[in-house]
Amino acid sequence: MAQHQAHSHDSHDEHESHGSLKEYIVGFVLSLILTAIPLIFVLNDIVEGTAANVVLLVTAVLQFVVQLFFFMHLKEEKKPRWNFMALILGIAVVIIIVLGSIWIMGNNEVVK
Amino acid sequence: MSHNANHAVQGHGHDHGGHHDLDALRQMGFWLFLITDCILFGTLFATYIVLHNNTAGGPTASELFEMPGVIAETFILLTSSFTSGLAVLCMNRGNKKGLIGWLIVTVLLGASFVTLEVTEFLKMIDEGAKISTSAFLSGFYTLVGTHGLHVSVGLVWMTALIIQLSKRGITKTTRRKINIISLYWHFLDAVWIFVFTIVYMMGVM
Repeated sequence: MAQHQAHSHDSHDEHESHGSLKEYIVGFVLSLILTAIPLIFVLNDIVEGTAANVVLLVTAVLQFVVQLFFFMHLKEEKKPRWNFMALILGIAVVIIIVLGSIWIMGNNEVVK
Repeated sequence: MSHNANHAVQGHGHDHGGHHDLDALRQMGFWLFLITDCILFGTLFATYIVLHNNTAGGPTASELFEMPGVIAETFILLTSSFTSGLAVLCMNRGNKKGLIGWLIVTVLLGASFVTLEVTEFLKMIDEGAKISTSAFLSGFYTLVGTHGLHVSVGLVWMTALIIQLSKRGITKTTRRKINIISLYWHFLDAVWIFVFTIVYMMGVM
């Protein structure tokens, strides 16, 4: 029983977040860098207009990916990857809602 | 990886597979809640993006937002996401003191985030930028306020877990609860990345 308890720490984590200190530190540093990049580039007007929007969105999406993989341990999930599939569905719905709203309301004379 | 080796030693552990699966299923249930929460925030983002130029003669985003406070909020929340991860690491090593310590750090960082946000809101309201002033501000307060409310709920929840941990220690149940709240906390940080980018950075640009 004692042995079972000792093992359960490790075996328990097969389905869920595990991660190492290194993984968290790498994730944290990457997030800091990805937050600093838009601050430095956009607030100092190094990039402007469309280029600035691209920098902002790309760094935001990258940071989201960093959080998913380094903090939420999405990569460690075993097959079948239900969590990942649910996430893809959620992202698809969000993109449809956001882009669809922008598109349809862009053609709306009342809101313009 | 080490847990694979342990798994092999243990055989397949069918004797306690039922509980194991139930816990995994519960965690997946929470994950599905997070996905629906994602969609909730998606609709709020869509509303804000559509309405952000409709200021109705009131203040605009670039007139209103003060970046120093927002930048501080961003780094505070990011750090708290990291410290909640450190708490989980301590838990996996069976270190109860470390776990509770990092959770307290996380709560304090989260509380500073909420305090900064509320201060920012009060200042804006004081300047006449109320939720009823314009469609832009309605969208803004609803989106950012919903996120702030999530963080506040997380703080109460985490405080309750700290109390439970100090009474019961690290058990199978508290372990699951900590894993779930850490997931929730990382999720809130992920949502904030987009609030920061789309609302604040694109607003002042």
